[in-house]
Amino acid sequence: MSSESSETQFEPIIVAFACHYCAYSAADVAGSMRLSYPANVKIIKVPCTGKVDTIHLMRALQRGADGVLVAGCLEGDCHFKTGNLRAQKRVAYVKALLDDIGIGSQRVDMVTMSAGQGQAFAQAASEFTEKIRALGPNPIKDGAAKAA
Amino acid sequence: MITAERKPIEEIMEYVAPFKKILLLGCNECVTVCYAGGRKEVGILASALAMAMMKKGQKIEIDEMTLERQCDPEYVEELARVIDQYDAVCSMACGCGVQTVAARYPGKPVLPMVNTEFMGASEQQGVWAERCRGCGNCVLAYTGGICPIARCSKSLLNGPCGGSDNGKCEIDPSVDCAWQLIWDRLKSLGQTDLYSRIMEPKDWRPAGGGGPRKIVREDLMS
Amino acid sequence: MKSDSNLEKVLEAGHFAVTGELGPPRGNDVEVVRKKAQYLKGIVDAVNITDNQTAMVRMASWATALIAKEMGLEPNYQMVVRDRNRLAMQSDILGATALGINTMLCLSGDHPRFGDHPEALGVYDLDSINLLAMVKKMRDEKKFLSGADLKGAPRIYVGAAANPFGDPFELRVLRLAKKVAAGADFIQTQCIYNMAKFREYMKQAHDMGLTEKVKILAGLTPLKSAGMANYMATKVPGLDVPQDVVKRLKGVPKDQQAEEGIKLLLEQIQEVKEIPGVAGVHIMAIEWEHMMPEIMERSGLLPRPQL
Repeated sequence: MSSESSETQFEPIIVAFACHYCAYSAADVAGSMRLSYPANVKIIKVPCTGKVDTIHLMRALQRGADGVLVAGCLEGDCHFKTGNLRAQKRVAYVKALLDDIGIGSQRVDMVTMSAGQGQAFAQAASEFTEKIRALGPNPIKDGAAKAA
Repeated sequence: MITAERKPIEEIMEYVAPFKKILLLGCNECVTVCYAGGRKEVGILASALAMAMMKKGQKIEIDEMTLERQCDPEYVEELARVIDQYDAVCSMACGCGVQTVAARYPGKPVLPMVNTEFMGASEQQGVWAERCRGCGNCVLAYTGGICPIARCSKSLLNGPCGGSDNGKCEIDPSVDCAWQLIWDRLKSLGQTDLYSRIMEPKDWRPAGGGGPRKIVREDLMS
Repeated sequence: MKSDSNLEKVLEAGHFAVTGELGPPRGNDVEVVRKKAQYLKGIVDAVNITDNQTAMVRMASWATALIAKEMGLEPNYQMVVRDRNRLAMQSDILGATALGINTMLCLSGDHPRFGDHPEALGVYDLDSINLLAMVKKMRDEKKFLSGADLKGAPRIYVGAAANPFGDPFELRVLRLAKKVAAGADFIQTQCIYNMAKFREYMKQAHDMGLTEKVKILAGLTPLKSAGMANYMATKVPGLDVPQDVVKRLKGVPKDQQAEEGIKLLLEQIQEVKEIPGVAGVHIMAIEWEHMMPEIMERSGLLPRPQL
């Protein structure tokens, strides 16, 4: 029996800023280990998560991402010493701003891992995707639908 | 520099609610240095407002622009060619800038996006502290370079009061007692005799007590 | 004599002076003032009337002082620089002295942050030293601060507060010197619990020649309980309450702590009497005015000189 499902499952768009030295490398390792992670996750390589600025996180959501993940080095291991710590603080700042405008702080998050941790990357990517799936689409899309 | 902090989002949302197309106007000077209203902050606020509006199903067009300064007519003049397109200008400059823009374009609502706070200096990245009250008659030569008007909670000229506690002000343990700082500095300068001089009552007129202040330089006027 | 002040008479005659304190009510109930005043009648040489103490609004100190005066007390009219500009201060001094007030104390005042109207703008047009100098100018030169002549100059005995326990300690005697230079006739200190530190302070003041120029009254406050001792040790800026004082109060059962506090006070009176340069005591039995008769009875300082 074919079911006429009127609703297709919501596929969140996840943007992941991954640092060259650790997280991007881990994503590579995940690939070569054939560990799958959701295709929803679009990776943007950055030299260091410290390069990720508040505006990048905001614009990603404004342009339609449902969730934004920042993936960097473990504390103390940043190739540029404190880039990952700066990223943590900016993520915290954006979370508060997102709550203020009603988009929700859960849509941005930061994870850390080392270069070889393919499993860690795959897991973080999957978990975040599922978390955002449960939250539903970015509320700006709701509004756009209403306005249309 | 003049320091400021962005107003709460809810307040800003109320201000922009009636408008369909706004110019979000930053300033490249003081508010850039304290990360309140420069080009970057304009971008962040524009994005935040756009998303907040989108979520509500409301439409708003936000253009972003940053002037070198908003407190000089020459820079504010740059808006003349574009201002007619906008329902309102949302200025991220300090009160001086907001007012200069508003004065030049009296037919256009010009709204403040930041709360202007104090004249201060950077203590470290991300921390700015009050240093000057613009009292118009600087006494820093007598106090080892530390201002009792701005940095003493009671602006005492002959401090400290009895509430100085281990180098901290009675109002808050995170606030330094200015007179402790002054005394320590006078000691390191070998100028402790300056402390024993009685500082006379202050003439508050140059400090604004005499009405809004103005400087006129005939030699510079065209 | 600079004034008709009883305190001045007592101090100039060389007696060991005693002053008390009366805090005005948080309302305009005259009976509260009369009741407190009644306890202090005849047992002290002057009574300090506090001015919006701890930045909490109370009945005006000038008004309370007048009520106290009506009852036969000698008020020491306290004025803080926090709530008034120089116009209002001069105006209030003229008004108060016109109605017979002859003793006053010039203070900075606790910051508005501490009080019930923290949003208020603290005035601080002058500081306490400027105020002292201004009162002196009004009295001795018979002029307003601005230099114009007064039609009727106040005759007033003027004092200042001093805190031997505030930081930085090395500055405290220098600040006292400034107050003396500005015109203070008498000084009342913040309440003392660290007797050693107070001795050191008085020694420095004496060495600087200040004790010859100004009458210093040692401030004392009876501790009602161990809780109060602890509170003062930890929560009040500018106080120095050594641990052994707190321990002493804690060391007795609750119902005996008040008595222990009084015993301590009586000992302190005897100790400060021995310190060179101490011209009297200022006893601040805040919200404990009803104990003053007993304290004074036991202190050996009665009867007060009638001059």
